[in-house]
Amino acid sequence: MTTISAAEPSRRDFLLVATGAVGAVGVAALLTPLIGQMEPDASTIAAGAPLDVDLAPIAEGQIVKVFWRSKPIFIFHRSKRDIDSAREVNWHTLPDPAPDSARVQAGHEQWLVLIGICTHLGCIPLAHQGNYDGWFCPCHGSQYDTAGRIRQGPAPANLALPPYKFASDTTIRIGETAPAKA
Amino acid sequence: MSGYSIYKPQNPFMRWLERRLPVASLVYSSFIAYPTPRNLNYWWTFGAILTFMLGAQIVTGIVLAMHYTPHVDYAFNSVEAIMRDVNYGWLLRYLHANGASFFFVAVYAHIARGMYYGSYKEPREVLWILGVILFLLMVVTGFMGYVLPWGQMSFWAATVITNLFSAIPWVGDPIVTWLWGGYAVGNPTLNRFYSLHYLLPFVIVGVVVLHVWALHVVGQNNPTGVEPKTEKDIVAFTPYATVKDVFFTAVFCLFFAWFVFYIPNYLGHSDNYIPANPGQTPPHIVPEWYYLPFYAILRAIPNKLLGVIALGGSIVLLAFLPWLDTSRVRSAKYRPLYRQFLLIFFAVVIGLGYLGSQPPEGGYVIAARILTAYYFVFLLIILPLLGLFETAKPLPNSISESVLREGVPVGASAPPPSGAKA
Repeated sequence: MTTISAAEPSRRDFLLVATGAVGAVGVAALLTPLIGQMEPDASTIAAGAPLDVDLAPIAEGQIVKVFWRSKPIFIFHRSKRDIDSAREVNWHTLPDPAPDSARVQAGHEQWLVLIGICTHLGCIPLAHQGNYDGWFCPCHGSQYDTAGRIRQGPAPANLALPPYKFASDTTIRIGETAPAKA
Repeated sequence: MSGYSIYKPQNPFMRWLERRLPVASLVYSSFIAYPTPRNLNYWWTFGAILTFMLGAQIVTGIVLAMHYTPHVDYAFNSVEAIMRDVNYGWLLRYLHANGASFFFVAVYAHIARGMYYGSYKEPREVLWILGVILFLLMVVTGFMGYVLPWGQMSFWAATVITNLFSAIPWVGDPIVTWLWGGYAVGNPTLNRFYSLHYLLPFVIVGVVVLHVWALHVVGQNNPTGVEPKTEKDIVAFTPYATVKDVFFTAVFCLFFAWFVFYIPNYLGHSDNYIPANPGQTPPHIVPEWYYLPFYAILRAIPNKLLGVIALGGSIVLLAFLPWLDTSRVRSAKYRPLYRQFLLIFFAVVIGLGYLGSQPPEGGYVIAARILTAYYFVFLLIILPLLGLFETAKPLPNSISESVLREGVPVGASAPPPSGAKA
């Protein structure tokens, strides 16, 4: 090997960089399918279509569980007492601050629709348990109130709200959102 | 070490092979003539036991794979079919399931021995780090294996553990969806866990080869922590170490067999005999016993991200032991303060294991927080400071000085028979 100073890039330097760059593109092109194959496949995505739920049979105080995209969805028909207890608390001081009105849709305050997965590590919380009469997670002790807000325990956030809209007064469609009103 | 014969093939075929692939001389110098310190105690047999358990897990695992179906609709029933219909299936599955537990029994003993006798110190840092990597691989492999029977505990363990990644800011949720291959733990998850559970043991074999290689470069530590200096300090691997290893592996297997044949479900959880139900979390979920100390650390911290960091940190910190421990004296035998703090550390890990099995409420949470604090204070504060302030006991000049009195082994009733190497 001759020792030429690096002052002037040579043809060889160019070839080295060009070969390396083409090789890197090749590796990236190879990794894309190898990593991408682990993402949800077409049938899994297709099975996640919107779901209609009839609310009429759900009695006051009752919580029903339906599945949408393999996730449990809680539909809670709240009593006046449940709504009042969710609204009495000073929500600014909660771990994940949110007013009760942001947890439900206007005009349908008695209906609380949640993704029933503890925001800590994914267990399904038990209904009507815990100190706040909402949900209690048996895995690590997180407690949620009657608006599904985290009140105590290791979970970092409130129970998530799925996208849904009221198709009629007694039917919701989970997986679609209502067009924003002006 | 000098003085140990070098392999000289006698047989013409072996001479022919030696010139082309010197595998026989590699085995001879690594496992027959290899010099080992003469004072190794039974805590040094766990390396052999671990190698044996790895082999046993691979053999029983490959056989189980011939009968198992990795699909959410069939997995649970195929495991039940192994238990009821397959010839000796019950035995093979109980060997494999309890084998995982005993693999961890052996690895915890092996790690504890390394910490007690300072086996991680210079020049054995890379050997030790490879060991921590092996432990991590074992944890991942064991977890994926536990998911395969697709019982309630399998499903919820998969859910909780994969959700640990959701604590990562920004990219957490996409990573979890990618791991699942869906919107929740489901068939794609089971399928890929099966694939990886089959792959990882062979990755472990590869790292074990590196671990043994590193060991044979730096040599074994010993209970005094003093390096061998003369031929009086060493004995040949065969027969001295091999016989000791085989004997204690047999004792270990008796203990293992007692579990397999008499209490095969003692270490398991009865809820895993209920098929997985994505709609209902069991009232009290716990991981397998060998993860309980880490699970307790996770639950002790009332913040999701910090809990996950503490869980990972509790294992990753072990890789940094060679630098966290500032003392030059290896063995706890000569470090009175380290010995006490270390024994408390071992008790704390066992205590965390107990707390991990209890519900996360009241006094259990407070106790878990205190013990978690000690775990990290020991590694991050006590260890670095001890090396600066502790006065070690005087070290023996050599290994042979520590085990011989006037040329006779300490505790021996008579001098060794003439002709024996001493």
